[in-house]
Amino acid sequence: MLKKIRVALSILLFTLITLYFLDFRGGLPDWLQWFTEIQFMPALLALNVGVLVALLLLTLLFGRVYCSSICPMGIYQDMVAWLSRRVNKKKRYRYSKAKNGLRIIVLASTVVAFIFGFTLLVGLLDPYGAYGRMVTHLLRPAYLAGNNLLASIFSSFNNFTFYKVNIYIVSVSSLVIALITLLGIGYMAWRGGRNYCNTVCPVGTILGFLSRYSLFKVKIDETKCNACGLCAMKCKASCIDAKNKRVDYSRCVTCFNCLESCHRDAMKYKPVTPWKRYEPQKANALNEKTAINNTKKPLDLLANPAAGQPKIVNDKKSTGNLDASKRRFLTALLVISLPAKEFVAKIGSETRLSRRAFKRQTPIAPPGVPSIDHLLQKCISCHLCVSKCPSRVIKPALLEYGLGGMMQPRLYFDRGFCNYDCTVCGDVCPTGAILPLTKEEKNHTQAGQVQLILENCIVYNDETSCGACSEHCPTQAVRMVPYKGALTIPEINPEICVGCGGCEYVCPAIPYKAIYVEGVTTQRRITIEHEEVDEIQVDDFGF
Amino acid sequence: MALSGAALTTIKEVDAMSILSQSFEATDGASKYDLVAVLGGEPEVMFRKAISEMGGMSNFINRGDKVCVKPNIGWDQPVEMGANTNPKLVAEIIKQCFDAGASEVTVFDHSCDDWRKTYANSGIEEAAKAAGAKVVPAHQESYYKSVSIPNGKNLKEAKIHQAIVDSDKWINVPILKNHGGAQLTISMKNYMGIVWDRGFFHANDLQQCIADVCTYDKRPVLNVVDAYRLMKTSGPRGRSLSDVVLSKGLFISQDIVAVDTAATNFFNQAREMPLENVTHIGKAEELGLGTTNLEKLRIGRLRV
Repeated sequence: MLKKIRVALSILLFTLITLYFLDFRGGLPDWLQWFTEIQFMPALLALNVGVLVALLLLTLLFGRVYCSSICPMGIYQDMVAWLSRRVNKKKRYRYSKAKNGLRIIVLASTVVAFIFGFTLLVGLLDPYGAYGRMVTHLLRPAYLAGNNLLASIFSSFNNFTFYKVNIYIVSVSSLVIALITLLGIGYMAWRGGRNYCNTVCPVGTILGFLSRYSLFKVKIDETKCNACGLCAMKCKASCIDAKNKRVDYSRCVTCFNCLESCHRDAMKYKPVTPWKRYEPQKANALNEKTAINNTKKPLDLLANPAAGQPKIVNDKKSTGNLDASKRRFLTALLVISLPAKEFVAKIGSETRLSRRAFKRQTPIAPPGVPSIDHLLQKCISCHLCVSKCPSRVIKPALLEYGLGGMMQPRLYFDRGFCNYDCTVCGDVCPTGAILPLTKEEKNHTQAGQVQLILENCIVYNDETSCGACSEHCPTQAVRMVPYKGALTIPEINPEICVGCGGCEYVCPAIPYKAIYVEGVTTQRRITIEHEEVDEIQVDDFGF
Repeated sequence: MALSGAALTTIKEVDAMSILSQSFEATDGASKYDLVAVLGGEPEVMFRKAISEMGGMSNFINRGDKVCVKPNIGWDQPVEMGANTNPKLVAEIIKQCFDAGASEVTVFDHSCDDWRKTYANSGIEEAAKAAGAKVVPAHQESYYKSVSIPNGKNLKEAKIHQAIVDSDKWINVPILKNHGGAQLTISMKNYMGIVWDRGFFHANDLQQCIADVCTYDKRPVLNVVDAYRLMKTSGPRGRSLSDVVLSKGLFISQDIVAVDTAATNFFNQAREMPLENVTHIGKAEELGLGTTNLEKLRIGRLRV
């Protein structure tokens, strides 16, 4: 029964969050956004205390329900694992020892990298973000293709319920990373179920630490259990040591598969009273004093692979290793990231130069990102904004923000421009990297500044009318002023530019555009002065 | 096979016939006027008055015609900004097309802003659907068909939306606005919403290309200029309501040059705009698309 509830809940949540990512027409209700907000890492980055407390309480009460039913990447792994067992019916899981050393090193590296502003690592490993990229870069094109198929069928019957959309690769690097994630985590899941969650995933490690102390647990009734090992064969987390009748609660994702596998009714999911909670399976192994020590040093406990068998010497050793690895990591990070950033950024911009005459010095962050530093600290590159942008002007960065900001969103105007009144990206961002703006705020937020290269301009070169740039400018930061004869020529006022890119997108000058938007490191509010309304009465024909 | 071949040729013949009858109608003197201007009413009221002076909609639309109504739906702006054709006017035209026996009315525009937003926020999608028209998308190249423009100077061919290409008749329903590049956008400039590649226009003498595209074989049976609201500055998108004048005008004619000339003169009262500045009008006259000499025309001037 518990398993059925778990499966139903997982499928429901997985379907809804996936559809929410895919829905490009805005046809689904806004509250679906909630499923992205209750994800652990977004809640942590957005400092969403309510959700965090709820998730921690949930884990402390019922174990890693988050990993089991809320995290879409967890459910993806379950699906792959389920499939692998359908293909190979003889497949059995086996208990394996916890790789706590690896877990703690990955977690520590992620935290340290994050503190030092290298968010890419969190972005790569966070299961929600990684899943979001899989949907955006791999599933979405297929979804759009399906839509286009329906659109062509329906429109041939003169029905325009569906409309066609362009399908293209938004970012090759993010596509490759999404593909590696899909295959890598998929492979791990195919081979060993929730292996990713219990070795690499930083969220899994944090929640795994808490779930050791959770109230409800899967308990083996030692009087009933005959150590047949059926439960361990079903355990996708490989955390049931049937021989010793022990469960590693830090790895148990409360999937309840074991409960149903037991023929002797020896497994029960039930509250474990606090005074029994830390009780080791081998009752003689631990005295009270060490238990207190352990609770005082949770990290040590986690670092110790054999829970309940205190090896204090080992503890020290592993923390020692940890420090060393931390140091190594940091040094490596500093050595690599500083010059590499400059170096790679150089290459990146040089290839751009050959394509365009203008060179954007600063990437354009989506409106609502207070500063590029803020973006670097908050964004885990789930690419929900990329997927949801109705104008499709958000693209994952390559190295424009530096290596640490790889895959984070930037605006580009090759295929469109940012709609003046649209606030979707800030509305959907679950981590608070792009802050929500009201329409009024959006209309006055400067995400970039217009730059004019007059020598590329059609009016200047051909002395024919154009004005495409000014036409699209919502604030008239580009306006047409009298030039020769009846001609008008663009004039810019970067102070009142919102950086929507309408001018850059539409500028028809070839081979080089005459107008473009330069990014800003800090977004600010612009003041648009409205001229006095002079009442004009037109009450004659005029001819 | 033979049967389908026969069917095909019949269809072709019907097409040819409709073009013939269209040009025939253009020279038909059924209406008292070549151009009708109406002032002082609501958009739909002014149109009713104007079309009845032109001899009624059945003078232009035949029973069974597939009609395309092409308003300006370029911008994600509310009705009050006067950036898009007035939805009440569009709805009234659709209604009259059906009353005249049209079998189908389609509405579209190749918008500048996101088409879903412009269709919705202009109020045109809702009004047109309520009046029974099909509102079709125009944001993908696949909706456009290549046509040749043999009489164009710079523009020799263009991709034109299938709703126009496949229609029996089409009605051009622009709104009168200031335009940073072309100076004014009226009936001729509204053609830029039926073509796919606008960039070519801008890059190859905008004003000439606007005149060129109007030489496309299938001319609108009517040009209805919405001047209920007139965007005098910051056009064609507009910044604030201070750009807009409530001018309550409407101009209707089969002569696209004449109707744009009349509208320019009307605009000139709100903000100085000599006809010579709107150079595509003169260029169109050179191409024989109509006359700027309003003196020669029979003009109805009416007030509501």
